[in-house]
Amino acid sequence: MPARGPEPQPRGAIIRGNRPIDQQEAARRFMDAPEHLAMHDQRLWDLRKKRDGQKEIIEEWEDLRQLASDIKTHTLTHLDTYLEQFEKNAIANGVRIHWAKDAAEHNSIVAGILRSKNARSLIKSKSMLTEECGFREAMAHEGITVVETDLGERIQQLDNENPSHVVVPAVHKLRTDVAEVFAKTIGSDPNNSDVSYLTEQQREHTRPLILKADAGMTGCNFAVAETGSVVVCTNEGNADLSANTTGLHIVSMGIEKIIPNLNSLAVFVRMLSRSALGSPITQYTSHFRGPRRGAEMHIVIVDNGRTDRLGLEKFWTSLKCIRCGACMNTCPVFRRSGGLSYGATYAGPIGLIIDPTFNRHKYSTLPFSSTMNGSCTNVCPVKINIHEQIADWRQVLAENHEIPAFKKSMMKAAGALLASPKLYRASLPMADSALRHLPRFVLYNRLNTWTRGREMPHVPKETFHQWYKRTRGVDGKKK
Amino acid sequence: MRVGLFVPCYVDAFHPEVGQATLELLERFGCEVEYPFDQTCCGQPMTNSGCHKESKATEELFVRNFKDYDYIVAPSGSCVNHIRNNFDAVAQTDDVKHVRARTYELVEFLHDVLKVDGFPWAEFPHKVTLHNNCNALRGLNIASMTELRAEKFSKPRDLLGMVKGLELVDITRPDECCGFGGTFSVFEEATSARMGQDKARDQAKSGAEYVTSSDSSCMMHQEGCAKRLGLPTKYIHISQILNGERV
Repeated sequence: MPARGPEPQPRGAIIRGNRPIDQQEAARRFMDAPEHLAMHDQRLWDLRKKRDGQKEIIEEWEDLRQLASDIKTHTLTHLDTYLEQFEKNAIANGVRIHWAKDAAEHNSIVAGILRSKNARSLIKSKSMLTEECGFREAMAHEGITVVETDLGERIQQLDNENPSHVVVPAVHKLRTDVAEVFAKTIGSDPNNSDVSYLTEQQREHTRPLILKADAGMTGCNFAVAETGSVVVCTNEGNADLSANTTGLHIVSMGIEKIIPNLNSLAVFVRMLSRSALGSPITQYTSHFRGPRRGAEMHIVIVDNGRTDRLGLEKFWTSLKCIRCGACMNTCPVFRRSGGLSYGATYAGPIGLIIDPTFNRHKYSTLPFSSTMNGSCTNVCPVKINIHEQIADWRQVLAENHEIPAFKKSMMKAAGALLASPKLYRASLPMADSALRHLPRFVLYNRLNTWTRGREMPHVPKETFHQWYKRTRGVDGKKK
Repeated sequence: MRVGLFVPCYVDAFHPEVGQATLELLERFGCEVEYPFDQTCCGQPMTNSGCHKESKATEELFVRNFKDYDYIVAPSGSCVNHIRNNFDAVAQTDDVKHVRARTYELVEFLHDVLKVDGFPWAEFPHKVTLHNNCNALRGLNIASMTELRAEKFSKPRDLLGMVKGLELVDITRPDECCGFGGTFSVFEEATSARMGQDKARDQAKSGAEYVTSSDSSCMMHQEGCAKRLGLPTKYIHISQILNGERV
């Protein structure tokens, strides 16, 4: 038998324009790759377990969650005040502030800043907001080279793929996948998948690009209104590289990143890394207050749909999210599907409630990719009621004709059947066919898929209803 | 104490023995139990799919059937969670509020309302692992959850601890959802089945002969997965163990 090569990496959801994402199809491909599935599930479950251990160390953990949630409620309901305070203080620190209403404006502002400085290359640290804005692609159109400095994000960039997770962007890849990507893109040995070797190769290849870059960009984990400073948390120190290597530092920041003061920052810093990776703190928690002498610092404050989301009565608290990824790590669907199966910037439970705010049609299927088991809500450090919002989205989507017509008509039929005892009983006769015993709403599904991975349940001779009638009569008196 | 027995559709069609055990168990404790004959379902399947309007008539029927009882008891955490926490397709009249507040899952009814202190008729000399249905766990607080920092407790464990000969064993991911998820099990079949198979493997690895739970729907799914994998684990509803069933 020929030697079997490494298991190929399953790719994410197939995007077909504005058509609803088929998360199940991509999930099925991921689950059909046993090595990837096992590694992905176990790696993320280990993070969840480490997180559980950390929360046991902090006696006031549940109080901290409540406090963090309350601070976010306060800030989001006074967002204008805090944003203005932040702007004023940042300007006083020598920072230039820009406001962007959407992704396009964000990208054109950044391009403008780069053009004004004749900058042709940019190094950046990982930022979900820039993913949301399609930043790399936009810069490519401007002829600007972008180099990711976060290792996982760099792997994803070299593989021309999006991050699959907000904290660990390449978590879905085996080291053999990484070896393959690096062999193709930076010329490393395709047969060497040793982690230290791969990391070293990447470093050798990327460091020179970082050192000769014209500008640097970071995201922003928290923006402190009181001080006008931004805080970035990384484990590789790459935000500091991005911010300090060149004389130009651009910060890309969503309006919801604002928090009132350093005291409130302390609450979030205690929770972020514990929730994300189960470590007490990130290796680097860097505060950027203003430009270094002779340098420039710009902050682009981006809306991109956030004020609209703020106006959604049932969904505005999703803006509390601090992007720790704890909900993804604990989500049994995410762990088995891979983040790219969601076909959106934000995957997993938080994605299910944020993505439809960007595009209700394209992401209409996502809130159904959940069992609503509630574990995500329990691990959320800012107490977003994620699983309840998933349920609320289902209702909004069903009412706005964003669920498949056959599903809707099936539920209509089920609703009519279950509202009528006579019809319902008539639908459950004890005849010969095995299927007729299934409650009709299952039967109505023309794709009856139950038995693909499971045996049918045993079918008893009589229903409880029939047994009761036979043994006790309609009045309940024992015969 | 007049108790209305709610036998959810799955239990009625696939596990009548669970309805019978629940009825007998409640009667053993002196409850005056009635089974309203016109009952069908709680409306969860429609609501679970986002179709709240479609569950309105079913919810109204449920309220008509059960509004006159002191308590309503069902051997299913998922249905009770729907009634208590998501039963909002109907106008919230006093009858609806009464039904929502007075509907109990069997284990919590025995534990919290009847405060039972023994099952002298029950003996189950087997290794058993417990499955906490997600709705009962996180919706009804039937036990402490591994995600939260809180005192450890488990109502079903308390009850099973009173059964002679029963030995409880643990699985490695006690709070992990088994993937049933109502209509998820049909519409997202692949992920659902995979989660169920992983759960069944975890249960089998624990050395348990039996898995028990207060929810028939999860067990129906898990049993189907275990059978497909050829695992020897058997599944039995908690009402049957507590009612003294010998196997």
